[in-house]
Amino acid sequence: MSTPPDDVRGPGLFGPPRRARRQREEGARGAIVAAVSTVVVFGLIIWWVLSSENWPEVQQQFFNPEHFVASFPDVLGGFWLNIQMFAIAEVLILVLSLVLAMIRSLRGPAFFPLRILVIGYIDLIRGIPIILLILLLGFGVPALQLPGVPNSEYFWGIAALVISYSAYTAEVYRAGIESVHESQRMSGRSLGLTQVQSLRYVTVPQAIRNVIPALLNGFVSLQKDVALVFVLGVREAVREAQIYTAGTFNYTAYVAAAVLFLVASVPVARFTDWYTERVRRKRQSVGAV
Amino acid sequence: MSAKLEVRGLVKSYEEKVVLRDVDLDVARHEVVCLIGSSGSGKSTLLKCINLLVPIDEGQIVLDGEDITSPKVNPNRVRQKMGIVFQAFNLFPHMTVLRNITLGPIKVHDVSRREAEERARSLLDRFGLLDKVDEYPDRLSGGQQQRVAMVRALAVRPEVMLFDEVTSSLDPELVAEVLGVIRDLKEEGMTMIIATHEMGFARDVADKVCFLDDGAFLETGPPEQIFTRPVEARTQQFLQRIVDAGRL
Repeated sequence: MSTPPDDVRGPGLFGPPRRARRQREEGARGAIVAAVSTVVVFGLIIWWVLSSENWPEVQQQFFNPEHFVASFPDVLGGFWLNIQMFAIAEVLILVLSLVLAMIRSLRGPAFFPLRILVIGYIDLIRGIPIILLILLLGFGVPALQLPGVPNSEYFWGIAALVISYSAYTAEVYRAGIESVHESQRMSGRSLGLTQVQSLRYVTVPQAIRNVIPALLNGFVSLQKDVALVFVLGVREAVREAQIYTAGTFNYTAYVAAAVLFLVASVPVARFTDWYTERVRRKRQSVGAV
Repeated sequence: MSAKLEVRGLVKSYEEKVVLRDVDLDVARHEVVCLIGSSGSGKSTLLKCINLLVPIDEGQIVLDGEDITSPKVNPNRVRQKMGIVFQAFNLFPHMTVLRNITLGPIKVHDVSRREAEERARSLLDRFGLLDKVDEYPDRLSGGQQQRVAMVRALAVRPEVMLFDEVTSSLDPELVAEVLGVIRDLKEEGMTMIIATHEMGFARDVADKVCFLDDGAFLETGPPEQIFTRPVEARTQQFLQRIVDAGRL
């Protein structure tokens, strides 16, 4: 294909050439202004921080290179655990919450008890602080010493995250399902598909596409909330940093952990923005036809 | 002639608004019935009631001698005998033309994928759409989309077809290709109920024309009677407005 898409095509193709040149010059001037003002603002902030009389003390406590290097291997090892727990939890959350949302979207009196159950679950879980769930399950259930029930703190930490996040994510899916026009459901049903088949093949695939940005947003949030399981004694990144800090009274290890979390979450956040923008543009171009 | 479909005393309201009041309709096997009337007169609602897509308040709908509005009847089984095509096409945007058409046969009728695709291709071929088989709906013109929607409804081999103003959202030059499909179906003896604003087409293709006014059948008869010698004043007014608009 040799024709570039509309948004890449310069204004010169349609507008008179003089206007195009003026727009280009204005664009270049804008870029220079942005660059200069950015350098000035950030320069001022950095200068203000570094020149303050307490900076050496702050640097010693939070940004100490030796402590950073010394604590990093343990913190990184802990962070690997964060990533594993995140991956397991996220997969379970995406599946469980979709099932919850589908049940909640079923119509008809026959499904009333199921709907009530799901609504009750979502309301209950969303009302409980996640840290409380982690404590309740992580310490409470193993204390019961029930036969056949696992008492691993990893297991219950992940379980608490899955239970809590699936309630929120179910609502995200539900918003997506409701955003698909009623006429789609009707066409599905008119072909003889059952409610569940029509949800599965017609509504849900379109719904998921509509809520991908919101789901990605949840990814970012979960990446950080995984750290909450440190209260159970799981030696993930925050716990490792805490252990190091307790021995040295220096907080650089926490900063090391923070850096790792940032390295993981910023790309997802940028990707979410990029993806949302792409979908928005696509919608607009389709809407214009 | 035995009735393929009978509607008896149908009443339907949305919230407080009565949309259909005591509607009776007989459709014989192979008969083509056109529903005419201004927008909001209840044509679409009647078709959706017949397809069991919206619940009815009172009355009966009898298909092949069976009351399909009875709670004992499985609506999915009934819908397998009826196809409906909507004004806004309602193709599934995330599926290719082929997948749109084969979804029903594969999931509802347990037809093998290979056979369903073969059937879909031969139907598409008949309607001159075979080259669109792998396209997504948003790459097709309105007329093509509507013909694909018809193929999708036909692919489940319905015995009755319902058309809900299938040309109303099409550009004028695309109307003919869609109406042509309906004419072909009449040739094959398909039983059809067609809600339409295309009066010339209705006069041409209908065995029976029903004029719906404010949720009730005001006048019913063969097309030559309705279009040339309407009895009711409201029917005359309605047709006069159409003639004035240059549409008949």
